[in-house]
Formats: sequence, C-alpha cells, structure tokens
Amino acid sequence: MAEYLTFEHDVLVIGAGGAGLRAAIEASAADVRVGLICKSLLGKAHTVMAEGGIAAAMGNVDERDNWRVHFADTMRGGQYVNNWRMAELHAKEAPDRVHELEAWGAVFDRTKDGRILQRNFGGHKYPRLAHVGDRTGLEMIRTLQDHGVHRGIDVYMECTVVTLLKDGDRVVGAMAYDRERGRFQVFKAKAIVMATGGVGRAFKITSNSWEYTGDGHSLAYHAGAELIDMEFVQFHPTGMVWPPSVRGILVTEGVRGEGGVLLNLEGRRFMFDDIPENYRSQTADNEEEGWRYTQGDKNARRPPDLLTRDHVARCIVREIKEGRGSPHGGVFLDISWIKKRLPNAAEHIKKKLPSMYHQFKQLADIDITEQPMEVGPTTHYMMGGIRVDSDTQMSTVEGLFACGECAAGINGANRLGGNSLSDLLVFGKRAGEFAAKFASENSPGQASPDQIDEAARRALEPFERSSDARGEGPYQIQHDLQEMMQDLVGIVRREDEMLRALEGIEKLWERSRRVSVTGNREYNPGWHTALDLTNLLTVAEAITLSALERKESRGAQYRDDYPAKDEEFGRFNIAVKKSDDGRMQLRREAIPEMPAELKQVIEEMK
Amino acid sequence: MKKATFRIWRGDARGGDFVDYTTEVSEGMVVLDAVHQIQAEQATDLACRWNCKAGKCGSCSAEVNGMPRLMCMTRLNTLPLENPVTIEPMKAFPIIKDLITDVSWNYEVKKRIKKFKPRPPDAPDGTWRMAQEDIDRVQEFRKCIECYLCQDVCHVLREHNLHAEFIGPRFLVYAAALEMHPLDTEDRLKELKDAQGIGYCNITKCCTKVCPESITITDNAIIPLKERVVGEFYDPLTRLFRIFRPRASSEQQ
Ligand code: SF4
Ligand code: SF4
Ligand code: FES
Repeated sequence: MAEYLTFEHDVLVIGAGGAGLRAAIEASAADVRVGLICKSLLGKAHTVMAEGGIAAAMGNVDERDNWRVHFADTMRGGQYVNNWRMAELHAKEAPDRVHELEAWGAVFDRTKDGRILQRNFGGHKYPRLAHVGDRTGLEMIRTLQDHGVHRGIDVYMECTVVTLLKDGDRVVGAMAYDRERGRFQVFKAKAIVMATGGVGRAFKITSNSWEYTGDGHSLAYHAGAELIDMEFVQFHPTGMVWPPSVRGILVTEGVRGEGGVLLNLEGRRFMFDDIPENYRSQTADNEEEGWRYTQGDKNARRPPDLLTRDHVARCIVREIKEGRGSPHGGVFLDISWIKKRLPNAAEHIKKKLPSMYHQFKQLADIDITEQPMEVGPTTHYMMGGIRVDSDTQMSTVEGLFACGECAAGINGANRLGGNSLSDLLVFGKRAGEFAAKFASENSPGQASPDQIDEAARRALEPFERSSDARGEGPYQIQHDLQEMMQDLVGIVRREDEMLRALEGIEKLWERSRRVSVTGNREYNPGWHTALDLTNLLTVAEAITLSALERKESRGAQYRDDYPAKDEEFGRFNIAVKKSDDGRMQLRREAIPEMPAELKQVIEEMK
Repeated sequence: MKKATFRIWRGDARGGDFVDYTTEVSEGMVVLDAVHQIQAEQATDLACRWNCKAGKCGSCSAEVNGMPRLMCMTRLNTLPLENPVTIEPMKAFPIIKDLITDVSWNYEVKKRIKKFKPRPPDAPDGTWRMAQEDIDRVQEFRKCIECYLCQDVCHVLREHNLHAEFIGPRFLVYAAALEMHPLDTEDRLKELKDAQGIGYCNITKCCTKVCPESITITDNAIIPLKERVVGEFYDPLTRLFRIFRPRASSEQQ
C-alpha cells in the first residue's frame, strides 16, 4: 500500500452541519476521541440557510401544545408512512434539545414573559417554532460550533470523503482528500456517523448549495447500507424565480406565517380553491379568519397558504400551468398588503423577516414592504435516506450511523417546516451517543490496503484522461443530469418520463466514466465536481427507481398517472440496496404496526 | 448579449498574476455568477469558495474592484462594466490559491475567547427568562456570518500584520456578544486588554462600513467594550462602584 496520512478516532462524524455537530458534541461527552469532517469551512454548512425555526412543543405561546399534538402533526404531514417511533422520540425530545441550545448560548426571540417565543408554521397546529427572526439556522449552527470548539473535537475542514472502508461487514473508516493540497487521507474509526445532508444538486432548480450532492446517501449505499423513501423529494413551494441567477433560492415559509398571501396573476388567493379533505377541519375558509390566525388568534384556523409544502407546491404548479402565473413563471407572494391591517407594517416586516427583506432588495431590486415577490417551487429537502434504527440511528451496516437529512424515517412522505432543525438536534444527539457506545464496545477493525489503493486510483482517474480526446469535462454532465431530473422526475411524475430518465441516467453513468479534468490536485473545483458525479448519479437512480415503484400519489410524490392515494401503498416503505452484482435492488419494507397508545393519539387529534 | 471582462487573480502562495476573462452577462447576475460561468466555460480549476449564494454563509468573501465584498451579493449592475472588473482574494490572510485564502487563524482566535457561562436557570424546569429588549443588542452581534471582511479591512491586521496581538473586529463583536449576553457570568475584560489587544483599535470604523450584515461593529460593540475595559482597569471610581453593584445592572447601556 502507498503511504497515506492517517488519522485515528473512536467516532468519526462526516458532515458538520447541525446534525454532525450535535453528534460530535454528544460523542465527545462520552469521552471518546472524535473527528469531524467538514466538506466546507466549519460553520458554513447548509444549516445556516434554515430560516423558519425549530419545531418543539414547549407550549410557550399556546399551552395546549404538547408532544402528542406534535407527533400527530408530523404523522399527518408525512401521510403515515413515517417511522412512527422516530416521530414519537422526536416530538418528546425536541423541547429538551432546544433548552440545551439556550444553555449553550443561543439567543432566541422572546415572549412577553421572557420565555422562548414560538411561531406558526405550515402543518403545525399551534405556534411551535423557536426562532431568531428569519436566521434560526445560523443561530443554531453558530451555537453548536462555538460550544463544540471547546470540547477537544478534531476538525478537518474542506475535506471530502470518497469512500467508506470496511472490514468484513463492518465499517471501519473512510478515505478522504483535503481540498487545499489534494492529498489523500485515511481515517480509521470504530464508528462512523453520516451527517452529510441532502441531494438538491441532482435537480436544476434548488435551494441547496453545491455541497448537497448526496454524498452520505451514496457512500452508505456503496458500503452496503439500505436507503428508504428515496421517492420523497420535497419541493419547497416558495423559491425565488427572478432574476435567473437567483432562481431557486429559498423564500421562507415564515413570510406566510407572518400574514403573507399567495396570489395568482388575477390577484386571486388560489389556495382557497383546493383544500384537501384531511386538513379541511383545521383550515380557515375565509381570508378574515386566516389573517386572525397569523396574528395569534387562538380560535382562528390557519389559512390555506400554510397547508403542507407538497400541496402548496402543486397548487402553484397548477396555476402556472393553467396560465395564471406571474410574468417570470411563478406566482405572487405578498406581505406588503398587511399595511392595510397594521400600523408600521414596513417596520414590522423588516423586524420579522430581515433576511428576506435584504435578499429581495439586494438580489432582485424588490422592496417586499411595498411590492409582492415572485415565487415558485424549488427542490429543497430529501425525506429519503439511509435506513436507521429508530432509537440508535445505526444503519443496516454495522458501525455506520446516520442522522439529519441523509437519514430517513421521521418525515415519511413529506416533512413539516421546522421539523428538520429539531430532527438534527434530536437524532444528532442520539447518533453521537450510540456511536460512542458502539465504539467503546468494539475493537478497531482493519481495512485491507487494496481497498485504500483502489479508492485512490479511482479518484485520480479523471486526471489521467485529461489528454484523452474522448474525455469530457464534469460540469456539462452535471448540468445535463440536473436538467433531466428536473424535467422528468420533478414535482409531477409519470411512468413513461421516468423510464426515459432511467435510460438517461444509464448514458450519464457512461459519460461519467470518461470524465476528465485539467489542472493539478490543489483546490481544484473541476476535480471535485467530477468526483461528485458518482454520488449524484447514485441518488438520481435511487429516486427514479423508487418513484416508479410507488404507483400512487402521496405527500411529495405526485404521479400524474396515479393521482390518487392508494391504501395498499401506505403499508410499506420502498428500500434500495446494492446487490452483489452491483445493480440497484428494490424491496418493499412493511411498516410495523403502531402501538395502540400512539394510534389513540392520532385518533384524538383528528 | 452583453459581455464584460473580469480580471481575476490567479496563483498561489508562490505568486501569481491577474488573468482577463471575457464572458456574457445577463440581467440580475452577481459577481459570483460570473466567476462560476468562467469556471464552467474557461477555467475549470479556478478556485473560489461559496455555499449559500444568498449572503448567509460568509464563504465568498473577496475584493471586487478593491472593495471587500461578498461576491454573491454584489450585483454586476452596480459596477462599471466598461472597465474590467478586478476580483482578488482578501489581503489580510495568507493565500492558498486564486480567490481562496487561509482563514484558519480566525478559528484559532475564537478558541482563545472564554466560552459562554450561564447563570443557574431561573425556573425549576431548567429554563431562563430574558426580556426581548435586553437581547436586541446581542442578537445584532449574532447576525455575524463570519465572512471576515471586517478582519480583511482592518489596518491593524491588513497593514500591520498584528495577528498575534490583536483579535480583530470580528472577535471583538464575538466577545461583546458574550459579555453583553444577559445570562453570561464570565469575565473577559482582562484578556481583551492584554492578550487580545483591544487597545490597538483606533476606531477608524472601516470594519463597520464593510460588514454585509450591517452590524454597527465599532459603535455598538468595540466602544462599549473599550469603556468596560477602561472602567475595570483604569478608573478607580467605577471599580469601587462595581463592588457594590452587580455587573449586569451597572452596565446597562
Ligand atoms: S474600527 Fe478598529 S477594529 Fe474596526 S477597522 Fe478600525 S481599527 Fe480595525
Ligand atoms: S462582523 Fe460583519 S464583516 Fe465581520 S465577520 Fe461578521 S458579518 Fe463579516
Ligand atoms: S455564498 Fe454564502 S455568503 Fe456568498
């Protein structure tokens, strides 16, 4: 074996957003040696983009709230294919996780009596989101980062993992390269926590950063782990649509929470036109009641603009398709109208939604206190991911844990806004705890030297092809994949289109095997993009295969050819796994029977 | 379509030079879009940092036409495109490659600042009570996205290279956020005066001018901290005064 820089840890956390940081902090509390790998600089992970808040049933604003309501809301939002045990743990433990952040220095907005303020959000029955204006994610990641730096965690920044290393059936390390020098590094670890986030970069229009290329999904899959729910990709209803260079950037749901309304070209509040049956009893049927709800009237029901994301996104697509969209192919989102109702509305908007105000002012020349915004759906979040044990977060591969967006289960077919930040905290903590436990109970394994050499050889191939005339640069391949996934496996899906996508993916795999890059290994974004292709193609294939298999419409998956929900499909999750011949294999995993006690909670909350 | 020329610094620690790239520009484009376009079409190994493309992560700091800016928040229609737009890395940190600098010093500095130490919880359930008006100031400081543009522009670091003696405006803001946190009980004034060099700041306010988060770094963070340091170490009356009054209430601004 060639000589590589080698590091040894008990627990290695891959990914340093909210989930990874929380896991690393927890593992370090168990007195094991912890390493934390960041794809970018520490504190820059995608968590900073989260705007709305952290869902936790603390009941500070409405004392009727408690874990049971939160649990029922989460299950309803996920259309009952969630892992109910995870939804239960999440609802029960989220308040403690939020209080813990406060003890570590987070400064949340306050209620009049000095407690943590909570706001309304789509799909949550009561005001539940602890927040800091519209920059909650930044507050969370900074708090975890600043707390974490005092805990003796070894942090490796701008470091990208290219493969996991195994000893038999167990994961025992990872092979990575550092961006600055382009050198390979071997990380030995007794347990690994995957916390790499999502897959948004597989689509053209996305709110996700360049980092979101499905690394954890793909690394775990190729190491033999099962992925589930990959068909459920969340398209956030409100991304920016104009100017073109900012297309996809998120416009927080908080805008609607503060009274913003969706309008079509005719100025009609089209969300009132289609309210799904299972939400009808909790949804306002007139504008007046909707407004009162956003202003904290506990007897008012929420306006339909705040229905779940999957539904709102589809209503927007319908308006656009039927010719009632805004000039640049979106719909209008208007918060400026509240000046009819509130004195000092402009100041109020700037105070409640400061980053939205700046974002539109600086990037689109729009003053949201005066003018409506133009918005349209954007790929935002991956419900699907690594299948984990609900309590320990261990995947189907021994020694490999996962948490946050790259793990699956809690969200089912659709995630509620605000549930991701709480998910990161609750399951980040659990993953860290149980990974540390696993590490203390197991001896280190041994990865064979040829695994490591082979990984290095494959990673360097794109450079060898640079003189080869058949070689192709990585950006075009990535771009073609994004276009294709957007067009054929997007918000509205059909069998014939998805079959075409599968053929397209096959061709892109071939092109990716000929990809070539120029320059040297030091900080070379072209090389990085070339290596990301494997991950993107792996998740694209998993998404498409799973979406084909689910012949119904449920949550984020909408099938034009099967527009109805089918009870039969509500009994299982779809799992994919790499078979021995290297092909992607599908399986239906039955959802276990819910305990009577939880069933009753759901009944009561109907 | 309209074209514009971008004069981008290419090189590494050993040296480098500006290279001109001409590319098409369209409505609404920001400097980072132009860099990406050049990267995809003409220079696949051109190195730059970015994540959010929305001014939230503080990764894409650079100097555009000599001004420290976030590339993702600098619209091309705010620049004179008749002339080449120069884009170069920050000057206060060692160069790695092209637009990338080594900002690791900042991470080391942060570790040296004593961590948050809250008073015991106010309520039996382990929670605290704080009034919104008492945290407004701290929340302003916590808007910081760690872009380090203020560090870049501060002459103490940029020109005098006093990285070993002075923590820079970013970390004075960080220290101020901790010192003014209503729950915090730690005292960081001695370090601020000695090891962290608050005295080097001569209130030029350049840092405040470049902060993309519009944090009033000098007036709201540095000056009050300086006053606390003076009060603690140089003013016998204030010192005496403080012995009889709890810190938090004696220093309400
Ligand atoms: S005000 Fe002080 S910290 Fe800010 S740039 Fe001037 S000298 Fe530096
Ligand atoms: S204080 Fe402002 S300029 Fe300085 S690092 Fe923070 S956000 Fe950037
Ligand atoms: S890319 Fe995040 S601030 Fe510019």
